[in-house]
Amino acid sequence: MSEVTQPTNQTVRTWRRPPQIKDPRLRWALYIGSVAYLCLALASVEIDVARLVEGTVRAKSLFAGVLSPDFVTRWTDIRAGFAESLTMTVVSTVLGVLLSIPIGLGAARNLAWRPVYLVCRSILAVSRAFHELIVAVLFVAMFGFGPFAGLMTLVVSTVGFLGKLLAEEVESIEWNAVEAVTSTGASWLQRVVYAVVPQVLPRYLGLTLYRLDINFRDSAVIGLVGAGGIGATLNTAFDRYEFDAVAAILLMIIGIVLCAEYAASAIRKRVL
Amino acid sequence: MPIIEKDGEKIWRRRDPKTALIHWLTTLGIALVVVYCARQISAQTTWDFVWTSGLQAQDLANRMMPPKFSYASELWTPLIDTIHIATLGTLLGIMIAAPLAFLTARNTTPSRLFVRPIALFLLVTSRSVNSIIWALLLVVILGPGMLSGILAIALRSVGFVGKLLYESIEEIDTRTVEAITATGATGPQILTYGVIPQIAPTFTGISIYRWDINIREATVLGLVGAGGIGMELQASIDTLAWSQVSILFLLILSTVVLSEWVSARARSAVT
Amino acid sequence: MLKIQGLHKRYGAFAALTDVTLTIAPGELVSLIGPSGAGKSTLIRCVNRLVEPTSGKVLLKDTELTGLSRSALRLERRRIGMIFQDYALVNRLTVMENVLSGRLGYTSFFKSLVRRFPQADVDQAFALLERVGLEGLHDRRADALSGGQRQRVGIARALLQSPELLLVDEPTASLDPRTARQIMRLIAELCRERGLAAIINIHDVPLAQQFTDRIIGLAAGKLIFDGLPGDLDNSVLTKIYGGEDWSQPAASAEDADDFEDGDDSAADGTLDALTKTDGVSA
Repeated sequence: MSEVTQPTNQTVRTWRRPPQIKDPRLRWALYIGSVAYLCLALASVEIDVARLVEGTVRAKSLFAGVLSPDFVTRWTDIRAGFAESLTMTVVSTVLGVLLSIPIGLGAARNLAWRPVYLVCRSILAVSRAFHELIVAVLFVAMFGFGPFAGLMTLVVSTVGFLGKLLAEEVESIEWNAVEAVTSTGASWLQRVVYAVVPQVLPRYLGLTLYRLDINFRDSAVIGLVGAGGIGATLNTAFDRYEFDAVAAILLMIIGIVLCAEYAASAIRKRVL
Repeated sequence: MPIIEKDGEKIWRRRDPKTALIHWLTTLGIALVVVYCARQISAQTTWDFVWTSGLQAQDLANRMMPPKFSYASELWTPLIDTIHIATLGTLLGIMIAAPLAFLTARNTTPSRLFVRPIALFLLVTSRSVNSIIWALLLVVILGPGMLSGILAIALRSVGFVGKLLYESIEEIDTRTVEAITATGATGPQILTYGVIPQIAPTFTGISIYRWDINIREATVLGLVGAGGIGMELQASIDTLAWSQVSILFLLILSTVVLSEWVSARARSAVT
Repeated sequence: MLKIQGLHKRYGAFAALTDVTLTIAPGELVSLIGPSGAGKSTLIRCVNRLVEPTSGKVLLKDTELTGLSRSALRLERRRIGMIFQDYALVNRLTVMENVLSGRLGYTSFFKSLVRRFPQADVDQAFALLERVGLEGLHDRRADALSGGQRQRVGIARALLQSPELLLVDEPTASLDPRTARQIMRLIAELCRERGLAAIINIHDVPLAQQFTDRIIGLAAGKLIFDGLPGDLDNSVLTKIYGGEDWSQPAASAEDADDFEDGDDSAADGTLDALTKTDGVSA
């Protein structure tokens, strides 16, 4: 190397961070596309100024209600609503767990016989496809108003949720444990009990606790369409513009969710 | 493992007697609670309706059955509105959630005693209130329409994205952060070089996942007046136009399935 | 160059370091040996205060690092390069970004955010990448490299700081024996070229003897040996690591490695409490 080429060699070497998307055309298309979509979407939002002004009055009474929640006036309704929500939560979670175990195992590709797998997967897909509120509308039409329709709604969504996650969990287990148990001459059920269950149980318990929490929160919503629980009480309070009672109910929901979360993490630490 | 000595023989049991007792008592307790709850619900149920529910279902199916396909052409605008509600709501939600997550994570919060509990409370509040209930509140203030829907989706998404994000911030590799600190980098530089690159894929994944959940939620927000295709659903149910309801169900179903597929594809592309 | 005086570090009731005093001359390569959990990592982290010492002084030239405010400490940290056992690279960034992160202490936040480092830094980064044998790999992602290559990136990052002192924490523990020797040789050569002083934590006694000028032995947080590599005989090793038939030859580097591993697991059991406290500090 001669000494003349060395400095030029060094000044040429600038460095820029390589872009995440290599193809410049694709990159620019994505940039421009996102900006265009954002503009279109924002333009489609209609803002009615007169209604917003009108809303400030209601906002005031709403915030006043939040600042001074009224637990007393509607206490009997609130208590009955929460009792109904909690019973629905407990029963639906237990039923959901019991149903999701066979369906979840059946939907695990590595364990189930092919036709069983397909049937279980379609059950899970159907039970997850619709929002709880839509399922609740249908069940209220079928079973009439009240907690039974709500219970059925929660069972359906619990099965969809736990079944799918259980299947995924089973599909990702360490397979050598199953092989080891199989090589001792164990039956299918023994294989599941000795090699699969110990591997998925801790996660599954955690998910069940999580689902308990979700079911309680959902029970507050499906009541809006007549499926029982605290949601019905909440809906009535809204219809009567009793924002102090609304605030009381919402605060209690938040409080219960918070307690449930602490309890769940305590249980997880002890059991798992 | 507990081994019980009896008549000079060692008997192996899975649990020792005390643990076994606790185990059985817990199971019994849970069973009693469940039975009690089930009886409460049963008392509130008109069983005659339940026994005849098969007939009801059949009746419903008959009324839904030829779906009114002509109705579908009126549904494009509400459907696109639904997608807008989900997308804009998700964007707004993650913009609020990201800073909150950094304030909540134990290793990045400016103050564990003061800031962290407040941020954590905001996240829990957002998460405990379902987006439908947020929508109910917002419709009262802002009136019916997309704006209420977008804000409801955003308010609910904050808690979800914020929680998952702060947990992943707490799980980052501390060695990398140590290495960046050792070069004499400032706090913001440690964040941008040591922390953010580690959580970026998780953050994108969580956001896309939440978007796909939000599409599902946005389809029903209209039931309480917060815009989108749910408003049509509400109108059709109120007028008992079940042949329109079946079209709406089909449309909602395909939108949800499609968004789930897009979301799964996008998530596997980023991670 | 570096003076450590009466350094103590306690985690609750557990004493990780007890009254450590030592001086390191400019350009001196010192290796720090001792069983897992003897306090080697804690000691070098006390130098740049990634771990806050309980009492005692650390002086770099005339600056007392232990009493500095956070912002002053940050500026002094630029004078001390650090190399880590598991490389501690930012995996999702490119090799170049990782190397340039060595200049963060000299670059404004905004410039570092948009990756606009001064051309002089970029030139130096390219030169260093060439020197450590990673020419042409600057746009690879760090997690696409092999272990040895990653450690070379770690070395380049530390040297880009233009440090006066290198702290090296188990540079070879995650590497195979051959790569370990290459990395140790590279570190030693670079220190000699630049007249850099270095403290190297290392498990592998033969490597320490081969590549460094001076060996310090630490056991249970106390300094119990300080001398030339040649003075490290079996009785000293027994004092540091505990009883073992040291006279049995470790013929090749691989053998030495296995033998070290065995010792590791033995030490892990007895010093369980210590690794736990280490975890808390990290």
